[in-house]
Amino acid sequence: MSVKISVQNLTLMYSDGVESLHDVSIDIIANAVNVLFGPAGGGKSTLLRALNRLNDLADVDTAQGKIVFNEQNILDPATDVIELRRKVGMVFSRPAPLPLSVYENVIYGLRLMGERSKTLLDERVEQSLRQAVLWDEVYDRLNDPGASLSGGQQQRLCIARVLALEPEVIMLDEPTSALDPVSTAKIEGMLAELKERLTIILVPHNVQQAARTADYAGFFLQGRLVEYAPEKGLFLKPREKETQDYVTGRFG
Amino acid sequence: METAKGERWITWIIKISGYSSILFVSLILFFLAREGFPALGEVPLKDLFGARWYPIEGYFGIWPLIFGSVLVTVGALLIGIPFGIGTAVYLSELAPAWIKNILKPIIEILAGLPSVVLGFLGIQLAAPFFRQFLNLPTGLTAFTGAVLLGFIAIPTIVSISEDALNTVPSTYRHGALALGANHWQTIWGVTVPAARSGLLTAVMLGVGRSIGETMAVMMVTGNAPVLPRSLNALFLPARTMTATIASEMGEVATGSMHYHVLFFIGIVLFGISLAVNLTASSLALRSRKRAERLLS
Repeated sequence: MSVKISVQNLTLMYSDGVESLHDVSIDIIANAVNVLFGPAGGGKSTLLRALNRLNDLADVDTAQGKIVFNEQNILDPATDVIELRRKVGMVFSRPAPLPLSVYENVIYGLRLMGERSKTLLDERVEQSLRQAVLWDEVYDRLNDPGASLSGGQQQRLCIARVLALEPEVIMLDEPTSALDPVSTAKIEGMLAELKERLTIILVPHNVQQAARTADYAGFFLQGRLVEYAPEKGLFLKPREKETQDYVTGRFG
Repeated sequence: METAKGERWITWIIKISGYSSILFVSLILFFLAREGFPALGEVPLKDLFGARWYPIEGYFGIWPLIFGSVLVTVGALLIGIPFGIGTAVYLSELAPAWIKNILKPIIEILAGLPSVVLGFLGIQLAAPFFRQFLNLPTGLTAFTGAVLLGFIAIPTIVSISEDALNTVPSTYRHGALALGANHWQTIWGVTVPAARSGLLTAVMLGVGRSIGETMAVMMVTGNAPVLPRSLNALFLPARTMTATIASEMGEVATGSMHYHVLFFIGIVLFGISLAVNLTASSLALRSRKRAERLLS
């Protein structure tokens, strides 16, 4: 196992003084499903947004610590944010296809990069949609609006448009919270295949999903990383009492 | 028992309020038609849509007035739309919170500024400036009116466009940014297209505001009912339909031919406003229906 992203002593504070992450250190392991879970407001989403610098939009005031990705501290103001976001893709909890066709949604990122070759774009659309297990359902209506797909299909479309950029890391923030069990199973199955090729960071929307998908799991509570363990360790033999209470459903 | 009675009263009051607004509008329409349509019988149609407006000599051609209105309104929109939407984009997408908190109320106050005040500023400041700057015989031109009307339309356009941009889900913006779009690409590629129908409504309301505006245009356009013959007419005095009604209605004999023609101009103006509003709402409705169909 190799470390893909190393978060070191990260503390994040919003401008109103609310602390969102406190002294978090975690290694994101390459070619694995890294699960970050815990109750709402625990700082999971904030951490994801720190990893691709989407926090730049929010009023995050102070950031201490380091996030090392490809031997570079991405919190460094000199980081090329756009390049970073292409390498560290993100899928949000509510599927939000852009107001464009299915085809255009998938290649949106490539178009932004200035890619014009029709053959490459066509190729990438099919490849990404196949990886997102959506190709068979939409190959005959690529020119329909992205919003015309069902909720589960829309979410896989959003995953496909991230995959089209061939990122090194893909982050999913509760990707199945708005979806039915069938779509959820499709996405979880897809993650298991994708990790052969890239690194996955998943914020699951419940403990069961965390336990099902995790290769490595970290439990977040009120901005702190309480516990971090490989495989199912966190779920079967938690070390901390808080983790145990949460995974056994005593709170959360 | 008591509550049921009270409820009936409330229902009645609300019903009456609803019906009365319909009644008032139809009464306005009725009187407009009653006073305006006789003009069609008194003035031959050919003359009514003639090229000369000179009521004292019996020339009642309303084309110069329609063209005057169109010229000034189109001019106003050419100024108002880019500035209005640009300002809205700045406020909603780029401005820091504190600037937005100061600017938005100021713009909304601007929308409430009486047009006569703006007309006064137009006469005192804009007209002399344009006369010198563009080297014109007079500063009271269609162009001055267009600029002024543009300024009147801008607050309306800004305010509604800004609301429309604000309702675009932030997931669109984040989605685009997470795919490596820069700020500029996100705004023009995603946010603005997503707010399209709201922006259209804003523009249409801006058109409505411009074409119905009377006081300011009357003060600065120079009031010469001349049929524009070239683009040059923009820099010559013109006169709009609204200004004509406002300035002549006071001196006209009730029930005379001139009186009826002025009301007929009102009907034409009403028709134009109605067409603009219908277009706006049907466009907005169509895109909303499309969105609903897509999302269902």
